[in-house]
Amino acid sequence: MTHAAALEGAQADPHGEHPATSTGLDNKKLAIWAFIGSECMLFASLISTYLIYKGRSVVGPYPHEACDPPTCAQHYNAILNIPVTSASTFVLLMSSLAMVLALAAVENADQPMPSGFGARLLRSSKLWLWMTAILGTTFLGFQAFEFTSFVHEGLTIRTNLFGSSFFTLTGFHGAHVTAGVIWLLTLLAIDYRRGLGPKDAINVDMAALYWHFVDVVWIAIFTLVYLIK
Amino acid sequence: MATTATAPAFAPTESYVGESGIWSWLTTVDHKRIGTLYLFTSIFFFLVGGIEAGMIRWQLAQPNMHFVTADTYNQLFTMHGTTMIFLGIMPLSAAFFNYIVPLQIGARDVAFPRLNAFSYWVFLLGGLFINASWFFGAAPNGGWFGYAPLTTMQYSPGLNIDFWVIGLQILGVSSLAASFNFITTIVNMRAPGMNLMRMPMFTWNVFVTQFLIMLAFPVITIALIFLQFDRFFGTQFYEMSAGADPLLWQHLFWIFGHPEVYILILPAFGLISEIVPTFSRKPIFGYPVMAYATMLIAFLGFGVWAHHMFAVGMGPVGDTVFGVTTMLIAIPTGVKIFNWIFTMWGGSIEFTASMKFAIGMICLFIIGGISGVMHSSPPADLQQTDTYFIVAHFHYVMFGGSMMGIFAGIYYYYPKMTGRLLNEALGTWHFWLTFIGMNLTFFPMHFSGLMGMPRRIYTYDANQGWSTFNLISSIGAAVLIVGTAVFVWNFFRSFKTGAVAGNDPWKAGTLEWSIPSPPPEYNFARIPRVTSRLPLWDVTSPRLNAEVPHTARGDRRMDVDAGSKHVGVSHHNPTGEPTQHGESGMHMEPATGKSAAELGIHMPNPTIKPLLCAVGLTWMFTGLLFIHKDKMSLAIALIISGAIFMTAALYAWVLTPLEDAH
Repeated sequence: MTHAAALEGAQADPHGEHPATSTGLDNKKLAIWAFIGSECMLFASLISTYLIYKGRSVVGPYPHEACDPPTCAQHYNAILNIPVTSASTFVLLMSSLAMVLALAAVENADQPMPSGFGARLLRSSKLWLWMTAILGTTFLGFQAFEFTSFVHEGLTIRTNLFGSSFFTLTGFHGAHVTAGVIWLLTLLAIDYRRGLGPKDAINVDMAALYWHFVDVVWIAIFTLVYLIK
Repeated sequence: MATTATAPAFAPTESYVGESGIWSWLTTVDHKRIGTLYLFTSIFFFLVGGIEAGMIRWQLAQPNMHFVTADTYNQLFTMHGTTMIFLGIMPLSAAFFNYIVPLQIGARDVAFPRLNAFSYWVFLLGGLFINASWFFGAAPNGGWFGYAPLTTMQYSPGLNIDFWVIGLQILGVSSLAASFNFITTIVNMRAPGMNLMRMPMFTWNVFVTQFLIMLAFPVITIALIFLQFDRFFGTQFYEMSAGADPLLWQHLFWIFGHPEVYILILPAFGLISEIVPTFSRKPIFGYPVMAYATMLIAFLGFGVWAHHMFAVGMGPVGDTVFGVTTMLIAIPTGVKIFNWIFTMWGGSIEFTASMKFAIGMICLFIIGGISGVMHSSPPADLQQTDTYFIVAHFHYVMFGGSMMGIFAGIYYYYPKMTGRLLNEALGTWHFWLTFIGMNLTFFPMHFSGLMGMPRRIYTYDANQGWSTFNLISSIGAAVLIVGTAVFVWNFFRSFKTGAVAGNDPWKAGTLEWSIPSPPPEYNFARIPRVTSRLPLWDVTSPRLNAEVPHTARGDRRMDVDAGSKHVGVSHHNPTGEPTQHGESGMHMEPATGKSAAELGIHMPNPTIKPLLCAVGLTWMFTGLLFIHKDKMSLAIALIISGAIFMTAALYAWVLTPLEDAH
């Protein structure tokens, strides 16, 4: 597909930056949806394995209940810390809000700047991209804290089936958040270098769809792994 | 043999405008060149897999043979399966996806040309990686299905399984990237007027196949990651003493593995659905039902995986459910077979080599399909599972179905790709040698299987009663080798000596035949407007197309504003001529020899970055191998440097525009 050639044939396109395609949607948007469809199966496999292996570990520690000798070699507390993870979940959900505002700011970058402090804040793509990246990094910080405290309490990826499936599942999710943060920082670098405008909206939109997807997956993980005993 | 009377013949060299030389191939983003690369690479791997099969048949030709050791035999059958599935049939299909789909839908390239190049290079490097294991005497030896816990460190120490697990991981990246690309291409890049119900049947099958790849490959990715983590980092996913489920791998693998069977067969179905109507001079029978049957096969294909596991003892409910879904999936498959037969019924059939392979495919696939329905009954399956009966079944499906379909496709599309026809006489020799050799090889396996010969044994004793059947199978394999040699000879000879094809040697009805052979780099100088399913027959053979619907619906949906988006006119028209041509809206494009630049068509720039990115990816994965060589620091250095190299190439790629500014 020749992007610019398509533009010439599509004068009627109201924005002028989208090539007119069979569906009117940008190719990149379809591709990211296909990618997300694929990722659904990736996380479905990870979550199913976690659930299948729930309660099958032959040694502690366990996610929701403490374990004492003689069942376990030593005393273990219930591993999962739901209050702390609730806080990190809240942080990640708020990052999605910031992402929505970042996309809106990029889409409206060529509109006249409104008066009023709040309205001007909402128009800063840099602010909201930073906010999303920082909230995402905060979530990763919570995860790093969580992982280290679990290791101190005696749970590693090699300890038992719970450890293997838990660290692999949440580690994969964390890796996705990390990739998302790098993506956001890349967009920020472009924003500082030349400014992001409506013609970049599709690229920010792709990052946003990915980011929201990673958030939605976390809601599933938080519910199925942490909340349901 | 078809003549070129209706289309003016041009010598291929005159119409092919493009650069040559190694660098132009390393940097190409042209879907046709990438399709050609896929074709050559996968034929190479197909021959490698064939040599492995030949060695297996030599070993089994007589009882108590010691041509290879038991360990080498394990490596041979594992690599034969892995090679034929992931490096033979899948990329042979991908060659057609790449070359034909953009031509069939009237596009100038795929949606993401550089991603397409990346997919190819990752496939090539993944294939080389997994085959490099031969040089270390450590080829994978756990079967193509790699059942864990057999493949965990405890039971399979050594690099064999490491090569397999990492190689498949690399190849998965290639297939997934291609699936996103082709889904986008088919949804979004169709020529004006080509609504979904006007897409050629091959494109329909490719479209559905891409959804299967998109949804099935992540599952094996995870199964392989568990295995990698178990092997390299000491997790316990497949550690039975830790309470692991011995069926976890089997479930995950077959949730991928059964859709994979349809990933292998649907493209061949698509090719047959193009070839049978063309050589019967009739539009395909029951077009909408064919499209729905394809979708239904894909949908049901995700609900039959556990029929590979009847012998593990899932209990009556599981066995019954998967037995019933397996029987159900025979219905849409049977619908397709009947539709091909009804297409031929009353047509004026032309028995070209391509058509012979197509009819051969239908016959052999019926045999493989029916033995498949036999195993859908769990009690029957318990007698057949892990015997040569199963080997017979899936070779009738994979060789008789997929490979015969792909051979039919090669005879059919070779003139489009090269501008010259394959030799028909040699093609007929190839067909009969393959058809007879295939039946001679695989039909006796039904009997040796029912007489109790298990799969994967490296030799057997004379008094077991399998000797005659095995000898016949091995003679059949020799016939197949001769047939394949004829094909390879024909394939290379015809580049220079084949009859010049012209635009439309087979008098076919779809868009790819309206342009020169081989097509110019931009494919279509003017993007056609599509007003029926067989737009070219509107121009060349309107009588054949009389009963094909020519609704105006697609036309009204072109060139309109839907919501805030403009829909339909997706292409620039450099000639400035009106796009309508007579009543049909179609035209035949002569070979002008003009370049894209002369016509003012903007094509993507060639780039080396996708190749560099693929190199970085493979380099990173290669690092894992050294963990088991007790060179941890070297492993970490390779993984990190590979990741940095890949990321740098990726950034350089993504931050460079596809085309020059203009």
